[in-house]
Amino acid sequence: MVPLTHYLVLSGILFAIGTAGVFLRRNLITVLLSIEIMLNAVNLTFVAVGRQIGTVDGQIITFFVMTVAAAEAAVGLALVIALFRHRETLSPDAFTSLKW
Amino acid sequence: MLLLLIPLLPFLGFLANAAFGRRLPKSVSGGAACLAMVAAFLVSALVSLPMFGHDPHPVESVIFTWLPSGDLQVPFALRLDQLSTLMILVVTGIGSLIHIYSVGYMHEETDSEYARYFSYLNLFASFMLVLVLGSSFPVMFVGWEGVGLCSYLLIGFYYTKQSASDAGKKAFVVNRVGDFGFLLGMLLVFATFGTLDFQGVAAAAAARAPETAGMGVITIATLLLFLGATGKSAQLPLHIWLPDAMEGPTPVSALIHAATMVTAGVYMIGRNAVLFSHAPMTLEVIAVVGVVTALMAGTIGLVQNDIKRVLAYSTVSQLGYMFLAMGVGAYAAGIFHLYTHAFFKALMFLGSGAVIHALAGEQDMQRMGGLKKYLPVTYWTFLIGALAIAGVPPLAGFFSKDEILFRSMVGTEHGHGSVILWLVGSITALLTAIYMFRLVFLTFHGQPRFAASGGGHDTGHGHGHAASPGQGHDQSHGHHGAPHEAPPSMTIPLIILAIGSVVAGLIGVPQAIGGSNRIEHFLEPAFEVHSPAEAGTQPGTEATSVFVARGEVQSGVTHGEDAVRTEQTLMGLSTLVALVGIAIAGFFWFRRPDGADGVARSSGGLYKLLYNKYYIDEIYDALIVQPIKRLSEGALWKGVDAGLIDGSVNGVGATVRGLSQSLRQLQTGSVRTYAASLFLGVVMILGWYLWT
Repeated sequence: MVPLTHYLVLSGILFAIGTAGVFLRRNLITVLLSIEIMLNAVNLTFVAVGRQIGTVDGQIITFFVMTVAAAEAAVGLALVIALFRHRETLSPDAFTSLKW
Repeated sequence: MLLLLIPLLPFLGFLANAAFGRRLPKSVSGGAACLAMVAAFLVSALVSLPMFGHDPHPVESVIFTWLPSGDLQVPFALRLDQLSTLMILVVTGIGSLIHIYSVGYMHEETDSEYARYFSYLNLFASFMLVLVLGSSFPVMFVGWEGVGLCSYLLIGFYYTKQSASDAGKKAFVVNRVGDFGFLLGMLLVFATFGTLDFQGVAAAAAARAPETAGMGVITIATLLLFLGATGKSAQLPLHIWLPDAMEGPTPVSALIHAATMVTAGVYMIGRNAVLFSHAPMTLEVIAVVGVVTALMAGTIGLVQNDIKRVLAYSTVSQLGYMFLAMGVGAYAAGIFHLYTHAFFKALMFLGSGAVIHALAGEQDMQRMGGLKKYLPVTYWTFLIGALAIAGVPPLAGFFSKDEILFRSMVGTEHGHGSVILWLVGSITALLTAIYMFRLVFLTFHGQPRFAASGGGHDTGHGHGHAASPGQGHDQSHGHHGAPHEAPPSMTIPLIILAIGSVVAGLIGVPQAIGGSNRIEHFLEPAFEVHSPAEAGTQPGTEATSVFVARGEVQSGVTHGEDAVRTEQTLMGLSTLVALVGIAIAGFFWFRRPDGADGVARSSGGLYKLLYNKYYIDEIYDALIVQPIKRLSEGALWKGVDAGLIDGSVNGVGATVRGLSQSLRQLQTGSVRTYAASLFLGVVMILGWYLWT
């Protein structure tokens, strides 16, 4: 059986990759994908820990997270499309009008 | 409860005219107002009847508990005693005549103005009746303030005219100064005696020894009350509003001067006779202020040319007499003069109104003359009034003025008289005779001077009715030939008042010439203390100890053989003074009309000083009005308001603005910055949890 530590390390690596993606990529769609990776890293942790302590709670929470993620992806992509129509670009640096 | 009806009737008249008057024809609105007053007079007469009986009991009627607050229990109560009996009869009686006169005098106003006028007039009378009937200081104060309000409304009746609305404001502000004193005096009385009921205060004051040495609390309280009286009764230094009050319609002047308002101060002192008697120093101040005011106003009246202004200064002067009487402790004599003065002063004001009416609003006596043959009724009634005020026996003014002069010489049990007071009073009597007959001769005798100047209302004469757009007289009476006598609604009150001016004094014929001075004996109980047990609910007639005892001793002295001779001598002298005054006036303004101008020219500076009323208005303007204006504009407006208040409000705004200026730099608008700060925040929070 794969020990818990490995799952957690994998999860940490995935989370770091996602975070780096959010900060470094210049494409909003990629940023959204990176957020999905971060969410899945967390899901992995929940499932792994749930299995370790022998309950199904981790899996239930994962289902919730997946549902929310699906909804978030739908809304997020719709926003991205709207923004693209507006500015003809997907770089997050182009959308800075929400300031003083 | 009949007592309540007396002020209530005019008040209902006021409500009716104020609410519906605009839509009513003049006959209804004026008629209702007159009816209310006449009814009030009849009720007054009815409730007064027992007072003239053998065993007069003061009547008290508690309407409701007005101020129930701890120690201070003030019922809204009306009390009728001898003093207020006399006052309500004067106020409603003379007031009714003035109302009736006004029906004729104001008939050219529009319906709504007419109703407004009568509603104010009724309200005025109503407040005055509350003032004289009130059984405690606060109730009196309601009336006190009410007449102040009504005088403001009525003096400024022609409010579209700048000078009239200014005069109204002046009256109100000057009165306010006095009211301030009255209020402070009232509070001091409550703090000292713990009650505000007149009887209660009198009983509490009687228990103390008179403050013969130094300034005690009673002296201070009475001085403050006297300050209030100087405001209402136009005495130095607060007399300045009264001559300006001539801007109002003439019947209003008559009402203010004769029946209401200015008598309030004298009445208030009479009402608190016991209290004032315990402050000899205050009495001296009152006597001196009174006699100085009388002399000063008399000299000013000598040179004024506006017919109503002469009468106004005459009122100030006569009020000075009343205060002189109060100041020497001769309360009954002061009230007696108040009562006779009401007749002849109302008569003369209404007479001058008839003259002004006939001459299309002309008030300058230099453009009158020779009116005797055009206005016979006015002339003869006016002449009676002038004889009465000059003090020719046996008209009303003679007895009352003489009583005051006699008392100012010999004093009473409460206050000292002195030869100086008597002398100044007599000089004033001489002046009174002179200026009154100057007025008579200039107005009614000699050559007519009004035709030559073409009616006078186009000469830009500043304070004439003529300048008023609301004044109907100009249009209809302007140029159609000779002046004509006033309608009966105006002449009948004149005749009644003339009769009054002749006979009113007969109730006070002094003992020295075989009379019994009934008024003094009638009023006596009102100036004494009722025994404390009865003072609260059932004021009895039993007067207590000290004053009666002392009064008897004193009257024994003053009515002794010597006193009688003194009084007779003084009477002869004052009759002589009156006749000399009339003769002087006749010499200058009847026989040799140029002589007066010559004297005026040769006296130069003095004439100018008198003509400009001792420059008192100018002095007040320079000493009080201008500094206040400068303070308000320079310090309060530009300094405090614009600088401090606006500055602090604007300062708060600017501070917040400046802070947010730097804070909003954080809002870059870059999504990634937000994401990074969010991330860092979460890491820090989690880190904190993990580390601890």
